[in-house]
Formats: sequence, structure tokens, C-alpha cells
Amino acid sequence: MALNIVVCMKQVPDTTEVRINPETNTLIRDGVDSIINPFDTYAIEEAVRLCERVEGSKTTILSMGPPQVESSLKDALSVGADEVVLLSDREFAGADTWATSYTLAAAMKKLKPDLIITGKQAIDGDTAQVGPGIAVHLDMPQVCYVSKIREINDEVAIVERLLEDGHEVVEVKLPAVLTVVKEINEPRLPSLKGKMKAKKTAVTVWTNDDLDTDPECLGLTGSPTQVSKIFSPPKRGGGEMIDGENAQEKAETVVAKLKELQVI
Amino acid sequence: MELDFGFNEEQLMIRDLARQIAKEKVVPARAKYDEEQKFPWDVINQIAASDLFGVFIDTEYGGCAEGNGITNMCIVTEELSKACGGIALAFAGTGLGTLPIILSASEEQKQKYLPDIASGKRLAAFGLTEPNAGSDAAAIRTTAVKDGDDYIINGTKQWITNGGDAEIYTVFAVTDKTKGARGASCFVVELGTPGFSIGKKEDKFGIRASSTTELIFEDCRVPATDMIGKPGTGFMTAMKTFDASRPGVGSQALGIAAGALELAVDYSRERIQFGKPVSSNQGLQWMMADMAMQVEAARALIYATARTIDNPKGRATKFSAMSKCFASDMSVQVCLDAIQIFGGYGYMKEYPIEKYLRDAKITQIYEGTNQIQRDEIASALIKESAQRK
Amino acid sequence: MSENKLIISADKCVGCTKCVKQCPFAALEMDGKLAVVNDSCTFCGSCVDVCPTKAIILNRAEQKGVDLSAYAGVWVFGEQKNGKIQSVVLELINEGRKLADSLDEKLSVVVLGNDMDAACQELLEYSVDYVLQIDAPELADYAAEPYAKVLSDIVSKRKPSIILAGATSIGRSFLARVAVEVKAGLTADCTGLEICEKMLHQTRPAFGGNIMATILTPNHRPQMATVRHKVFKEATKNGGCGGKIEKIAVDDNKLLTSRTKRIEFITDNETTINIAEADIIVSGGRGMGKPENFALLEELANALGGAVGASRAAVDSGWIPYSHQVGQTGKTVGPKLYIACGISGAIQHMVGMNSSDTIIAINKDPDAPIFEIASFGIVGDVFEVVPELIKAIKNK
Repeated sequence: MALNIVVCMKQVPDTTEVRINPETNTLIRDGVDSIINPFDTYAIEEAVRLCERVEGSKTTILSMGPPQVESSLKDALSVGADEVVLLSDREFAGADTWATSYTLAAAMKKLKPDLIITGKQAIDGDTAQVGPGIAVHLDMPQVCYVSKIREINDEVAIVERLLEDGHEVVEVKLPAVLTVVKEINEPRLPSLKGKMKAKKTAVTVWTNDDLDTDPECLGLTGSPTQVSKIFSPPKRGGGEMIDGENAQEKAETVVAKLKELQVI
Repeated sequence: MELDFGFNEEQLMIRDLARQIAKEKVVPARAKYDEEQKFPWDVINQIAASDLFGVFIDTEYGGCAEGNGITNMCIVTEELSKACGGIALAFAGTGLGTLPIILSASEEQKQKYLPDIASGKRLAAFGLTEPNAGSDAAAIRTTAVKDGDDYIINGTKQWITNGGDAEIYTVFAVTDKTKGARGASCFVVELGTPGFSIGKKEDKFGIRASSTTELIFEDCRVPATDMIGKPGTGFMTAMKTFDASRPGVGSQALGIAAGALELAVDYSRERIQFGKPVSSNQGLQWMMADMAMQVEAARALIYATARTIDNPKGRATKFSAMSKCFASDMSVQVCLDAIQIFGGYGYMKEYPIEKYLRDAKITQIYEGTNQIQRDEIASALIKESAQRK
Repeated sequence: MSENKLIISADKCVGCTKCVKQCPFAALEMDGKLAVVNDSCTFCGSCVDVCPTKAIILNRAEQKGVDLSAYAGVWVFGEQKNGKIQSVVLELINEGRKLADSLDEKLSVVVLGNDMDAACQELLEYSVDYVLQIDAPELADYAAEPYAKVLSDIVSKRKPSIILAGATSIGRSFLARVAVEVKAGLTADCTGLEICEKMLHQTRPAFGGNIMATILTPNHRPQMATVRHKVFKEATKNGGCGGKIEKIAVDDNKLLTSRTKRIEFITDNETTINIAEADIIVSGGRGMGKPENFALLEELANALGGAVGASRAAVDSGWIPYSHQVGQTGKTVGPKLYIACGISGAIQHMVGMNSSDTIIAINKDPDAPIFEIASFGIVGDVFEVVPELIKAIKNK
């Protein structure tokens, strides 16, 4: 058996660096890097490991976005992906999770994967909705928050999924969509040979003309939700600083205050 | 922005990759390895997996160098040293141990050893120094006596980088006592060879992530085919090796200094005294400007020397000595100044900056003390003058 | 079909760069003194409002929507595990009630499970108009496909205007399926819900909590949202409002088929107390220095009857398992008391705990951002202050 694996990857701004300018109330983007969505790096690594485990398998990375995404796709190639496909078209712009999953699913119909893997969510939007969305558009089952792929063959995979209170072991029929959490593996760093290969491998770019889509379902037009307003999070006001000669005095003061407020 | 040293696209990839490993693997681990004095295998395995042990070995032997191995070695050493000069040494020490093979070994020997080193499967070490033969390398007492098709090695090597963790050792021994420096030969000895054992592991001031040990040879039998070059060429091989390796020590010193400078500048912007960052004090600004100029000057000297060695037009001894000596003196001074910028915190182990100084100090000492380097430079100057007349 | 288009009038643009700074997607650039739009534009319209000269016009293509007036009613997904209604459902009832009242619509709780009679009966003790009870053996435990298909089927037939679910692993993974099946708008992980002009305004953090976004579903129904746990207060039992249980039978067996099968469930022993449910949390960050020091926090947590949490820095350093992580990429908590020890207060941590009732911060650095949100701040060494706190609590 050999698996045809497609990983959905998103290029995101490094959100740990995104800040709001408190004076103008706008995003400060200067010096913010574009990176592979960290959760997707686990998806890529898991796909590459599956390819090492199951001979003859292939990992294709699928992404959607402007041409700048090519740099992240090259990064994915340098850690072992075999092929990369970018969906780039003005028609796709402004897509919410509904339209995004619709468009990715349209590309999947051409790629015909046995297994789709993606990160549990992207760190810019944090929705976790695209994975399940693709599954429905393709009429596939899904398992979200996968922390381990125990077994896999042509027909089924047995996986562990991480829930709030423990691990659920699930058998899922293939083809299927898995979304993965960071517990699943430790992504490798690239190799020099990988980087050389990435340089030589061309990024396949598909526009809407390459897909079989309904224009009513694409981009902003196909998106039920729309962003109406963006603002900086309200600040919770600072409270009281506890004074005291030493740690003991400060500790006693704060415990007294907690008692007074009936917190303890 | 960085100065343009004419690196090609592959070299820029090598630099970015080493930088990524330094940031993601070395920085989080360095304090632990420094404290525990353990060999950084997880980082080494990553360097191997990323193909970086091949940067100083030509493509026909499984590496990726194309006549630019010394420059490549300096690039990787500098980047790793920015994060930790000690962990970088496991890489650079392998480079040093491999150079006698690259420079003087036969085709068969190269085919036998280089691919495993290039893939990072096996590390290398360089065994010259002895208890009574440091700067005076010609005074080595380890002997190799011919016995049939073999040589039998006896003696002790000291302060050997990667000792015990490397598997391939280039070892220097006297094969003809009557010929002095021309009586020494170089051998490849593999770990596990009967009669070859690892002695005491040193407890060091700095570069504590690197292992430094004795090598003990007691009737250690090696086939004559493992001799590198002809009998009596060992000392020449060692000197050729140093010509090529000293920019590597320079790049280690450079990386340490550049790393310390970056930390110091970052800290000066964060540390608030008298209501403003200490970086707003002109006294510190001028210190930092001087440090930065010294770092860039060393970098320019090192990469010019490395490029000269990669495209040889004669022996580069003088420039090698300069790049090692200038960079290491500079590095110790920059680290001292960096600690000064950190003030009291700089003196505490809680911050990484004191370790930079401890790691920098060795670069003034090993592969020839800086006094020896100045001897080499002066002697070259005098010789050149004499040749002009 | 008309096209989405952002038009910048060259005559009106004065090159003030306000729009460039406003754009969250870096889709606007300066070409000399003129702002121009690039391919990253998502037509969000943020730039239109900030332009002082009204040089930017956004033409959104007309959407084929649905007849909005055909949809009515606020639904809450009654998430259950092992037959027990989860506490997030009570939070949703509280919030859903307000939404229903301001729309003058009914509030229903939809419960998917098996033999859920008693639990459904209990739900009527809250201000709930209807409990829609769907029992089937296949629905006893959560499974994405039957849950999504059954709910989608009922939604298509009954046409609610709003559906809320907890932003839990279950809620987030199957509501996304329902939204695609019925072509509804779904907004994830909301922290604010409000009705304005009959429309649900859904507010949520994005970009790791660095910005907030308000999302609308103008032309599609239902308006669906998953709602962050512990952000809204739980509803209290008030004897109910004369609500009724309606049992709905699944008549099409195809809806109940699943291509996934639960083999077993392994309860995580690591988290004896689920921090998301704890009333008191003592959390440690980078300042704890090493894993052994978390024993000190455990001691304090034990003295208070609470749980131990951690910042991402502590978890990433391998000092404590991920299940303890509080923050954007960990758990969101809203305890009565949150004690942050050696946590500087990265935004990603603060978004996960700033709805705590009382926050105590202990940090060496008087400028640590955590003090900006702390109810009580103590500048000092964690290793001196925490032992004193333990003593003071035990003496009380």
C-alpha cells in the first residue's frame, strides 16, 4: 500500500509579534515575519513520517493565498514534502472558513488524497473550522485534535485524539481528515539537501480556472461571515500593588485582603 | 543588514540553517550543557541530520563543498558560536580532526573515512598535544614503531577535543626518533582499536559542552595503511592543518563576540536606570560602537583568509595566524565589555553573558597560543622582507 | 455577478498612510504618495472608515442570501459527556436567554444523547422555553458525523436564527460540519455576543488575542457561534419559565451512520483537577526556573484547594505537562482566584486568564505586564513570597 497524503498549510503572521499601537489603535506589522502556521508544521512532519513509514507514499502540501505563500511552501519542501500546490486567485480573496474549505476541497478533488492532515487551527484566526469544513465538502469522516497515529493501512487509521479530560482512541475509515495537535511529534529542522531540493522544486500554482467551482461559493462572495470591525482588546485595569517591608508582611496583607473579599 | 562576503546561494542556505539550529536547538540547551559538562548529542544529531557536517568535505566524498570547505566551516562555526562556543566546538573539532585526511590522505583513505564524517555518522578528533608538547609540538613523545605491516603506538595525548565521543582520530606519533620534527607521522586510529583508550576527562573553565580528554595508547596496533602521507610527513601535515583550521578558531571567537554583542545591545535597551534605558548613555553607546567595529573587522579578516585558503596561491600561514589571533583577542575584550554593559547581572550565572567570556578565553590559547601566532606572523614578515631584497 | 472591489481614488488620496497602518492583512501599500491595494486584500473594509478624505470605496459583490425572515429562535447545543450536561451549556443558556429576549424569540436547548430524560428535565429548571431531546443509541457518545448530520437535519427543518455551542473540542469540531452542510456562518471561540438591529454581532479574539474582531453573518442563517468556556456566567436555577421538552425521533437511519468508531477512552491521570473547572488556580511561568520548583506551587494550591496551571514558557521548557497550560494555545480559565507566580504576562497568557475574578501577580520585575491586570500585585521573589503565603493561609 502507499498513501497519497495532502497537508493543508496556511501562512500566517507570527502572532507573538503582532501588536496594536495604543495611540492609533492599529496593528503594528513592521518586522512581523510570515511563518508556516505552527500547528501545520506538526501536520507536515506527521505526513513526512508516514511517508517514511509507508513506502511509496507521497506528501503534497496545499495552501491558499497570495504569491508570497510560496516561501512557506519552499520551507515545507525543505523538511521533506514531495510536492506543493498553491491556490492563488483574486476570486479566492476574502474567504471565510466556509469558502476556504470549499476552495481547498475543490483542489482536493484533483489531488484525490487517501488522507488529509492539517493543524488543529491557525494561530491568526484560531477557528479550527477549516479541517472539518473540508471533510464535509468531500463527504469524508474526520478526527480532530489527533495526538498519535497508532496504525494505518489502506482502509482505516487508528488514532488517539486529545480531549479536555483524556485521550479517545478512534478508528476512522479512509479517506479521512485528521487535524493534529502539537503533542503528535516534534517537527524536524530542514536539511541542506532538503533546502537544495526545495530550491529546484517548482511550486504548482492553480487559479480558479484550474478548479471546478461555483463562483457563488468563492472568496468574499461565498463567505457567510464578514468582519465588521477590528479593535484592540479592552484593557483590564491594574489593581493595587501590595507594599510591605518583607515577603512575610506582603503575604499577610494580601491574604487578609482575600479574606475580606471572601475569595478564600 | 550584513556585510557582503560574496557567499553563494548554497552558502547563504548553510548560514541560515546553522542560524536556525543555533536559535532553536542550541540556545535552549546551552546552559544545561555548560553546567553538566555533557556532550551535546542532541544538537550534534541535528547538525548531522541537517547535513552540516558535510560542508567542509567535497562532494565526491559525500559532502557539499566545492572547493570552498574552509569558508563553509567558518560560516557554520560562527553561527553556532553565536549561541554557544562550546557546542560549536563539537562541530569545529570534527573539522580539525578531519583536515589531515582532507589535506594529506590517499584517495582510498578519503573514500574510507570522509563519507561517514560528512553524513555526521561519525565525529572526528585531532590528537597532537601531549603533556610535554604544547606550543612545542615537535617535542611529542608518543611513538609508533614498525612491526611487520603494522605500527605499534605507545604514549598519551592530552586535552583532545571530542575525546571519547569522536570515532575517528588523527594521531601524531614519532616514527623515527633520530629525525626530530621530520621523524613524526600521522595515523588514523578508530575508537575501539585494542590498546587505544580514553583517559581523564578535564573539568574546564569554559567550552564545557565540549569534551576534552586524554587519549591513551598502550601497544596499540594499527595497520601501516592507516598512516596518512609518507613516514616523517606528520609535522608538515599538522602545520598544513593549522593553516586551514585557524580561521575556524577565529570564526568561533567571532561568533562568541557577535553573540555577546547582540545580547549586550538588547539588554542595554531593556535595562532602565535613572528612568531611561542604559542604551541612551553615550558612554555605553561608544563602547558598543567600538565592539561592533572590532567584530566586523575580525569577520572581514576571517572570511578573506578563508577564501584565500579555498583558492590557494601559496601557504596562508600568516593570514591564518592573524585571523585566529586578532579574532580571539577581540573576542575576549568584547565579552568583557558585554559583561560590563550587563553590570551586576552580567556577573551572575542567571544570565548567559558570563559564559561567553569563559568560552572566548580558550580561543586565545588553543591551536597555538596567540604568542605563537605572533611569532608566525613576524617570522613571515621577516621572511618576505628578506625575499624582496 | 458583480465583483468585490476596493477602489482608492487617486484624486482624493492625500498619502496620509492611515489606511496602510489600519489594514490587518498588509494589503495596502504606498506607491509614492498614493495608497494602493495588493492581492492580500480580503475586503474587510477596515480601511474605509479610517480614510479622512473618503478616498476608499469598497464594493462588495452582491450575495445571494436566504430569506432571513424565515428563521427564528435561539438554540443552544446541550453538550453532554456520559449523560451529564456540561457546565458550558449553562453559560450558553444565560447568554442565549438575553439574545432571545432582545430578539423576542424563543430559547431552546438541543440535547443529543441517549436516555437523556432526567438531564433534559433538569434543564427546564432554567429559563429555557424548549428542550429538544434527540435520543438514539448512536448518539450516546459524541461522534462527528451523526451529530453533525442529525443537527443539520433538524436545523434545515426548523430554521433557528441563532445556534450557540461551547467552544470545546466537541463543539468546535462538529459545529464546523453543520455550518458547511447548511451553509451557515460560523464564528469560532466568541467572547462577546450582542444583538444590534436584529443581527448577531459576534466578537472574538484573533491574532493570538492581540486584536478583537466583530463578525456578522449578513445574508445567511442560522448565525452560528462557538462560545469560549468560562467567559460568560452560568445561568442559575430559577424554577424555569414553563418550558417544554420536545422529543424528536431520528426517522432516517442514514443520519446515524458513522465512519469513525470509538475504541476506548483513556482518562488523563495527569490532570487530577481539570484546570478549566477549578475555582482557584496557582500558575507558574518562566520565573519558576526549573520543574522541581512547581512543588512549591502545588503546596500553595493544596493549601487553597486549587489546581496548578502554567504559562506556555513553563510548558515549552518541559517543566509541566501541556494539560496545565493556560492561555491562547492552552486552556481558558475563569476561576475566582488566579495566582500568577513568575509569569511576566505575555498577551497569549493573559487572554487565557484575564476573566478571572481576582488575580494576584507575584513577580520580581515591577514592570512585568501581568501587574497591569492584577487585582493585587506583589513585587518580590516567588521563592520568598509563596512560602509566606502558604504560612499565612494555614494560620488563618
